[in-house]
Amino acid sequence: MDRPIATTRTAAGLPTGRLAIWWVIVSEIFIFGGLLASYIMHRLAKDAWAGHAEHTNLYAGSFNTLVLLTSSLSAVLAHKAAEENNGPKAAKLLGLTMLGGVIFVTVKAFEWSAEISHGYTVLTNTFWSFYYTAAGLHACHVIAGVVIMGIIASAARKGQELQRVELIGIYWHFVDIIWIFLFPLLYIAR
Amino acid sequence: MAHTITETTHAAPHHEETFWSKYVFPLDHKRIAMQYIFTGMAMAVVGGLMSYVFRMQLAFPGMDVPGFGLVSPADYNFLVTSHGTIMIFWVAMPVLIAGFGNFLIPLMVGCDDMVFPRVNRLSYQIFFLSTVVLLASFFVEGGGFGGAWTAYPPLSAKGAYSMTPLGSTLWLVAVALEFTAFLLGGINFVTTAMNSRAPGMKMFDIPIVVWMIVIASILFMASVGPLIAGAIMLFMDQQVGTAFYDPDRGGDPLLWQHLFWFFGHPEVYVVLLPAIGITADVMTVFARKKLFAYRTVLYTAFATGVLSFFVWAHHQFVAGIDPRMANIFTVTTVLISIPIAEMCFVYIATLYRGSIELATPMLWALGFIATFLVGGVTGLYLGASGADIYFHDTYFVLAHFHYTFFPIAIIGVFAGITFWYPKMFGRMLNETLGKIHFWGTIIPFNLIFIPLFVLGLGGQHRRIYNYNHFPELAGADFQNLRVFATVSLLVMLLFQLVFIWNFFVSFWRGKPAGKNPWNANTLEWTVPSPPPHGNFAELPTVYRGPYEYSTPGRDDDFWPQDAPN
Amino acid sequence: MSEEMHHPNYVKIWGILLVLLAISIAGPFIGIRVVTLITAFGIAIVKAYLVAKNFMHLNVQPRFVILLLGTSLAFLLLFFAGASPDVMKDEGSGWTKPSFSYIEQERLVEEGDEHGGHH
Repeated sequence: MDRPIATTRTAAGLPTGRLAIWWVIVSEIFIFGGLLASYIMHRLAKDAWAGHAEHTNLYAGSFNTLVLLTSSLSAVLAHKAAEENNGPKAAKLLGLTMLGGVIFVTVKAFEWSAEISHGYTVLTNTFWSFYYTAAGLHACHVIAGVVIMGIIASAARKGQELQRVELIGIYWHFVDIIWIFLFPLLYIAR
Repeated sequence: MAHTITETTHAAPHHEETFWSKYVFPLDHKRIAMQYIFTGMAMAVVGGLMSYVFRMQLAFPGMDVPGFGLVSPADYNFLVTSHGTIMIFWVAMPVLIAGFGNFLIPLMVGCDDMVFPRVNRLSYQIFFLSTVVLLASFFVEGGGFGGAWTAYPPLSAKGAYSMTPLGSTLWLVAVALEFTAFLLGGINFVTTAMNSRAPGMKMFDIPIVVWMIVIASILFMASVGPLIAGAIMLFMDQQVGTAFYDPDRGGDPLLWQHLFWFFGHPEVYVVLLPAIGITADVMTVFARKKLFAYRTVLYTAFATGVLSFFVWAHHQFVAGIDPRMANIFTVTTVLISIPIAEMCFVYIATLYRGSIELATPMLWALGFIATFLVGGVTGLYLGASGADIYFHDTYFVLAHFHYTFFPIAIIGVFAGITFWYPKMFGRMLNETLGKIHFWGTIIPFNLIFIPLFVLGLGGQHRRIYNYNHFPELAGADFQNLRVFATVSLLVMLLFQLVFIWNFFVSFWRGKPAGKNPWNANTLEWTVPSPPPHGNFAELPTVYRGPYEYSTPGRDDDFWPQDAPN
Repeated sequence: MSEEMHHPNYVKIWGILLVLLAISIAGPFIGIRVVTLITAFGIAIVKAYLVAKNFMHLNVQPRFVILLLGTSLAFLLLFFAGASPDVMKDEGSGWTKPSFSYIEQERLVEEGDEHGGHH
């Protein structure tokens, strides 16, 4: 469809797509922030939760952090390729980022299956409720990011809509930063 | 009048439009606005009928309400819950923000559409889905949710307490979907207003109503986040059995209250700002006078937005919060009355020495100021935590918030509709019917809620379906007030038929409106009524602010923004 | 598309991030609580800063973007400050949360006992 002329204007000094994605990030900061603030309130008040956190899988968490950081690298390199107008290269790098997201979710699936089989379900106690809810909400954002990234990558491969590579990258870095904070909150603070 | 940017005007011939692409899945911001406005007004009828039923129950307890039947306690709780939920989320927000925002913003900033038309369409589709889910929740087993629009756990978390396990969850899902729709819509409003302004339109040349809708969208975006987190936790408690809000198992009901009211308070400013913005734009046109202090109004709106985040626990004064917090929140709450009062004073100052025409939109705008002032002043009594110990959960609160919400959701909306109807539909509304409707609404409105202030002062608590069960409240003097309020409501509801008649008959038989029937300055009045797809044949350039009325030295008493001289 | 004059070396930044990750994992094994807190959360803040600055290019965005993000965090802090006096306490004026911080209570639930046993 024809893009409205409204999209092409930049009275605020930055392209419309990028302006919009920053506003999306702002609203997401409040969503995750609210959830994490609630978690932190409980955590600071209850020493017992340190004991519960012992049972989270530090190795899975660390590996996942490594995966997400690396996928952020490939995302920003994809942006660089898009800036150089190299659509196919950007698409390949976005593909690597998506792979990172898929690995993240897969590792999490195994991690959670193991924890559930050991009796740590979402109902076990409030720590575990927060654990599954927070990490689960984050994982939903990872999955959504992978899907959208796929759509953008397939257009980029044809050299189209390259400005969107940066935008999905910004979203992906944000998802990475959320995990950068989730990781110590859920895994290390023990 | 050339435009300085090398952009083509929207000249591409339009694709073949089917009924579906035109009315059901539109991309054009004006049609999407219509979808929101009509859905919102339909829901207003639903919410209004609910108030009819429960007020009949209160006035004539135990008697069959015509059109509904016997009102059981569960029915009553469901009705008051749904009335509140619908009026705030399915009437005030869609009409004021999504309806007027969608219609006005691209026109007033001088561009051809919103920046993301497909996201815009998606936001309405999600909103429509939320409406369906909410209405569906009324008919499931156990009935619709009855735990108040504030949905405090454990009542809202445990089906055993609420008796509406399915209704509670559907209510929650509907509200969550509505939030998502407005987050998406808000991105469009903010981005379009920030980026897509016509060349020459600086920040202080933007009409106040656009600013207000943008600030409201930002406030919404910021405040709803923690509540979305809280709603996810409530859903988990309801359906999965977690204990986020269950004190027996390590949770905390106060956490929900904080999450809810951190949103709930800014939310009232989210709906207030667009209404007060509409009032500014209407008053300047019908006083033929520049807005008294544009920048002051703007900075005040920013300050109100920021301050609105610092007052939320005044809803929780008697919930057992830390008393030191209560002291802090009292101070901030009383403080926040200042910027809004100041905005009202600026509007009144705008009238001074103006050439006032009491057309229907102006009557509504003036009615807004008069009634909202009462609402604001009575809020001070509630903001003082000492007084609130008595007033909390009484009808004093209820009358206070109706003296604020009614101006916002009804009076402000009618001001906007009567003002922009000619632009939206190309016809003029009938002035006489408009005035009858106005007086038939505003007088009964006061007659409904002044008695409720009296009842509240007398100690009548909220959310009780039959005051005959409370000897100290069952006396004839109190019951007479309840009957009086209910009869006034019936009168007010009947007068709305005048509006409905006027709205639909004028659509076909109203006088053709032309481009600028009110001789107003803003850009939407430079295009045909209704505006064509793409809005402007030639995208405008802006040379001045929006409120240059009665400028000395000019023949005309108005000076359109896009006129070069 | 944004145009930066100067790209940082993204791979180098990534390397630094990995080193920081390793330190933050090793931190708890040292055993001192303060050290763990600093390595876990201090490093998280540093990592987030590096990602935000270098990958999200916050240093070349218009200033109001940083203002926006900073304000968001400030308001979150406000929420925490307002809610925590109630949520972090076992009791307030007129209420108690019997099971809030008692370890026994949580263990009872963990072992499958549904009710707190207080009523």
